[in-house]
Amino acid sequence: MTVQTNKRPVPKNRRLPGIRKAPSGIAGLDEITGGGLPSGRPTLICGGPGCGKTMLAMEFLVRGATEFDEPGVFMSFEETAEDLEQNVVSMGFDLKALQRRKKIVVDEVRVVRSEIHETGEYDLEGLFIRLGHAIDSIGAKRVVLDTLEALFGGFSNAAVLRAELRRLFDWLKQKNVTAIITGERGEGQLTRQGLEEYVSDCVILLDHRVANQLTIRRLRIVKYRGTVHGTDEYPFLIGQKGISVLPITSLGLTHRAPTSVISSGIAALDPALGGGLYESSTVLVSGTAGTGKSTFAGHLTAATCERGEKALYVGLEQSPDEFLRNMKGIGMPLRRYVSEGLLKFHALRPSAHGLELHLTTIHQHVEEFKPHLVVIDAITSFFGMGLSAEINSMLVRLIDFLKSRGVTLYMASLSENAASAERGGANISSIVDTWIQLRNVETNGARVRTLSVVKSRGMAHSNLTHQFAITGKGVALQNAPSQQPS
Amino acid sequence: MIKPPARKAPPRKTAKGAKYELCLYVAGNTAKSSAALANLKRIAADHLAGEYSIKVIDLLKNPALARGDQILAIPTLVRRLPSPIRKIIGDLSDTERVLVGLDVKPHA
Repeated sequence: MTVQTNKRPVPKNRRLPGIRKAPSGIAGLDEITGGGLPSGRPTLICGGPGCGKTMLAMEFLVRGATEFDEPGVFMSFEETAEDLEQNVVSMGFDLKALQRRKKIVVDEVRVVRSEIHETGEYDLEGLFIRLGHAIDSIGAKRVVLDTLEALFGGFSNAAVLRAELRRLFDWLKQKNVTAIITGERGEGQLTRQGLEEYVSDCVILLDHRVANQLTIRRLRIVKYRGTVHGTDEYPFLIGQKGISVLPITSLGLTHRAPTSVISSGIAALDPALGGGLYESSTVLVSGTAGTGKSTFAGHLTAATCERGEKALYVGLEQSPDEFLRNMKGIGMPLRRYVSEGLLKFHALRPSAHGLELHLTTIHQHVEEFKPHLVVIDAITSFFGMGLSAEINSMLVRLIDFLKSRGVTLYMASLSENAASAERGGANISSIVDTWIQLRNVETNGARVRTLSVVKSRGMAHSNLTHQFAITGKGVALQNAPSQQPS
Repeated sequence: MIKPPARKAPPRKTAKGAKYELCLYVAGNTAKSSAALANLKRIAADHLAGEYSIKVIDLLKNPALARGDQILAIPTLVRRLPSPIRKIIGDLSDTERVLVGLDVKPHA
């Protein structure tokens, strides 16, 4: 029996007309929204005071004007134009210049209840005319209304206001502008005045809370009609280059590959690696307990600081003071680099925070401190905190982020036993550039320390297992080749 | 940033050195705007004793002027003089409230 099929030919290249999206240009946000905010429609961004609504809206507008050739109008009901200009300088935006170049219009709306008397019927046609004029004056494609709820403080006739708001959102759609409307978080509903009732296409909720004395900002897409979107709460940061929403997977595999080589800090080891380590590469050093992973980290840190470059040490196992003492004991006085501002510690117990928060704080430190080297001692401390898939994805994101910033990453990884050593830990060995394996081999009544370079991408590295000792002057490599690891 | 609105429309009724300088913002010829203008003329004639000037600004013709006087609602009556600036929104149908708003009569 044959099944009757529809004979009508389906054009191959015909794409279903989905929702067009306006890229926000905000790192990470376009990833979780699948391309940006709904183009030509209003989006509601709500959250409590100080959660970053205005910043997010402003970045959307500035990126639109500078990167996507979509000029924008910022209608501010709360802050003055001067305040806004000053506030976004910290993110590197020059609003004044953008206004001069007719890329952005900032219209400051003042609604002072005490100045206004109401008698008889009115509507908000003046607001429409004002906004329409601003849009037409620069051919704006994006509009921000921050925050519309101030109107409720200015006019007493709520019935008129609600009717006018509904008309405003319809009018914005007709104008085909991509709009962001911000709203203050209300009790029991998303916004105080129930703006979510009018904006049905996309609602984003921002939140900031304090956990363990650390503030963390989070973003969640409550609703995005007609599109697939991430539903989790994503941490985000407001940094010097604007907002970044984690996961910053948008970085992808596009980072530049520097060709300059830096020393591992152990002169005798560099030839075994094929010359040293590539700058901004990822180094994994694995081994069982007491094989010297932290000591190798100490050497790399010392070499980095010696060049006058900054290093960030993320310690999950020992306190900064312990690390400094231990390194001093084997001939590496690192303390002076701390006072010179070249070495910074970020030490905490891995269990103190969630994974995303760890990632966020490392991001924050990197943004602020701008190190050349980040040492994580040890990444295996993260295990047991979550599913290994989550940890892997966190580490991949961290590696992507650091590579994009040109930061070299050193990760120590603790192996439970010799058998697990070969796996290197975290299944991330495939994405690291250099992998050094440390071993403690017991032979003839003595423990012998060995190291082997499992991989060193793009370098003609040694195949041999090298013996080394940890002496009063740090790692001393004995270039006596031993047997190849089987 | 804030430009003073250009004064084009001739005053409907002028007295030398008018004590009350009034400006009515409308958007086209709507029922509310017409009512507001009619009410304003009546109230001014009855209560301001020739010491006033009235200017009507149609924002449909001059949209840029909405910014200067911070106009959102239509119709809006702005009392420019005497200072400070006062705003009365609506069709001005309640004479008592208009007079209070213009500070001609003290608050009840």
